[in-house]
Amino acid sequence: MLLKYILKRILVMIPTLLITSALIFTVINLPEGDYFETLAAEMQAQGEKADMSRIEFLKKEYGFDKPVHERYFWWVTGLLQGDMGYSFEYQRPVREIVGDRLMLTMIVSFFTIIFTWIVAFPIGIYSATHQYSWGDYGLTFVGLIGLAVPHFLLALVFMYMANVWFGTSIGGLVDPQYLNQPMSWAKAASVLEHLWIPVIIIGAGGTAGMIRSVRANLLDELQKQYYVTARAKGLPPGKALRKYPLRMSLNFFVSDIGDILPSIVSGAEIVAIVLSLQTTGPLLIRALQSQDMYLAGSFLMFLSFLTVIGVLISDIALAILDPRIRLQGAATK
Amino acid sequence: MSQILQAQASTITLPPEGAPLPHTASTAPFEPNAVEVMTPEQERVYLASQWQLMWWKFRRHRLAVISGVVILIIYATAAFAEFLAPYHYTTRNTDFIRAPRQEVHLFHDGSLIGPFVYPYVQRLNMENLKREYDVDRTRPQKLRFFCRGDDYLFWGMIPGNLRLVCAPEGGTLFLLGSDRLGRDMLSRILYGGRISLSIGLLGVGVSFVLGVIIGGIAGYYGGKVDLVVQRLIEIVQSLPHIPLWLALASIMPPSWSPLLVYFGITVILGLMDWTGLARAVRSKLLSLREEDYVVAAQLMGAKPARIIGLHLVPGFMSHLIASATITIPKTILGETALSFLGLGLRPPITSWGVMLNEAQNINVVALYPWLLYPVVPVILIILAFNFLGDGLRDAADPYR
Repeated sequence: MLLKYILKRILVMIPTLLITSALIFTVINLPEGDYFETLAAEMQAQGEKADMSRIEFLKKEYGFDKPVHERYFWWVTGLLQGDMGYSFEYQRPVREIVGDRLMLTMIVSFFTIIFTWIVAFPIGIYSATHQYSWGDYGLTFVGLIGLAVPHFLLALVFMYMANVWFGTSIGGLVDPQYLNQPMSWAKAASVLEHLWIPVIIIGAGGTAGMIRSVRANLLDELQKQYYVTARAKGLPPGKALRKYPLRMSLNFFVSDIGDILPSIVSGAEIVAIVLSLQTTGPLLIRALQSQDMYLAGSFLMFLSFLTVIGVLISDIALAILDPRIRLQGAATK
Repeated sequence: MSQILQAQASTITLPPEGAPLPHTASTAPFEPNAVEVMTPEQERVYLASQWQLMWWKFRRHRLAVISGVVILIIYATAAFAEFLAPYHYTTRNTDFIRAPRQEVHLFHDGSLIGPFVYPYVQRLNMENLKREYDVDRTRPQKLRFFCRGDDYLFWGMIPGNLRLVCAPEGGTLFLLGSDRLGRDMLSRILYGGRISLSIGLLGVGVSFVLGVIIGGIAGYYGGKVDLVVQRLIEIVQSLPHIPLWLALASIMPPSWSPLLVYFGITVILGLMDWTGLARAVRSKLLSLREEDYVVAAQLMGAKPARIIGLHLVPGFMSHLIASATITIPKTILGETALSFLGLGLRPPITSWGVMLNEAQNINVVALYPWLLYPVVPVILIILAFNFLGDGLRDAADPYR
């Protein structure tokens, strides 16, 4: 049953990704003209002829002499084979430029989710079990601020404060000497050292949202008959909580990840730009600014893919936790 | 026990055995209001319209009311920016570049002389070539109120130069410091609010229209159409918004005029944010379309667009307004983020995001922290809209 559900879920994912890729391809093809026209015009203006054959070669290589739908087809099949296209600005295949960055983006997102869980769960439970206490009010208020303050502003303020109080810069994700080096213990340590600041900043919004929903759901469960019964027959509060309502609220906990993941990925990009992390963010924005559309498109596709996979994992986890979902075939919220 | 029984027996006089019981029903016309008189308070509640009930319920949500007032004040300051700002937002004071905040004092040497500022004396630090400003505490300069300042076109139409407060004669007034061109930060924040706040409303307007149309079609027709729309909503919701906004914003040709860019950004922001509204409309319509009045309208030959627009949507307009309120801060944030990254609005248009663009470099911020001031109104308006939205959502269902 579970296997069937997972299979079905993966099958649903395929059209989603296809439509997403079509959307992104349309977006990256919207600017008028293509890069080659600009390049050729530039070269001719400078009186160069030698590289025209190179342009022709590139044009053929990347299928620019073909109609749009064929180009789309090539782009998608290329992506499937790990060929992310050619960056016109850097004159190198995208894969070479990207290097570690995709990996680092995934690491940042992953740790942000872990952080969100670790922080939101106890606080949500505390808020629900101590409803209308000062702690509840205080935490709810802090959470609301976390929800309201945009990532990039938080990043700016963090940078400023670190600068004022400690006189250091907190930018970067890995010491420069490790960039584009193979993974090693020293490099991993360096990443971990830098990781906590972006993780806190990106996680703030999602954490606040999750605290809210854990609190609300747990409060609902705490009023239900089965919990009252459990307490009435003499179960101590901690055990009664652990045995019943907590397990129910776990569901929302897992399914909410699907909701906050897009915002985590978005936030990771923006925060990366502000803190100049060596993830995909700064590269994406530079590609967009210089209209290096294949580089940008591949990044966008990668980010969407990351989100879709994340949602898939959270759905599968939910199905393992809650048999009702497997049977209905759809998440109930 | 026996005493009670005795007491009861004494009060009830039963007819003799076999005789009929006396007839007790009254033949007078029944007037329920005479039996159960409503207090004036209750009557008011019973007769109140739905909007009135919602207002009463909303009023009880203190935080939401306060937020509403704050929002009104902020929007009012943006509307009357020309009058409130001490300078025009493009006025450059080239002698006072990146000047820090000037403080308003009341007392000079122990004597009251009304609100005044001390003038700045600029000095170039030859070691790091940084302009430094010394406060000259010997010459108080009184502020002028309701004065003639820089010329402006009020709302781009009415020429004028009356301002609430101006810099003193021959002095400057930088209540929040000045930027790299010597422009007054406070004036720019006031003017910038106009762009940032209006783009929030317009963007939500776009997503409102999209949400009602798409959600309305899905909910009204149901079946296959609904399935397709639902998948579409899921896809759009699963995309990381900001990177896509960035991509869409970057394809706007640089040759576009600032006004065109402004509308372009509005549409882009609206394009991604309609999903929440569409979902709300869809689920409401799915349940409402089975109602008798809808069938009646259909039998009378009304077209779907008329039924949706005239009969169904007004029925849950309050819910829609509540959900739209919650998306306004998202749109404002979107514009701020885009402009902050340099892909949204461009100077000479001034918005909070455009102003923050100058604060991107941490070294600059460390030296001139007042460049971060636009953060304050952004956070304020977002918090206020969140609270207001919460209050409206609770109030949207007054019968619960």
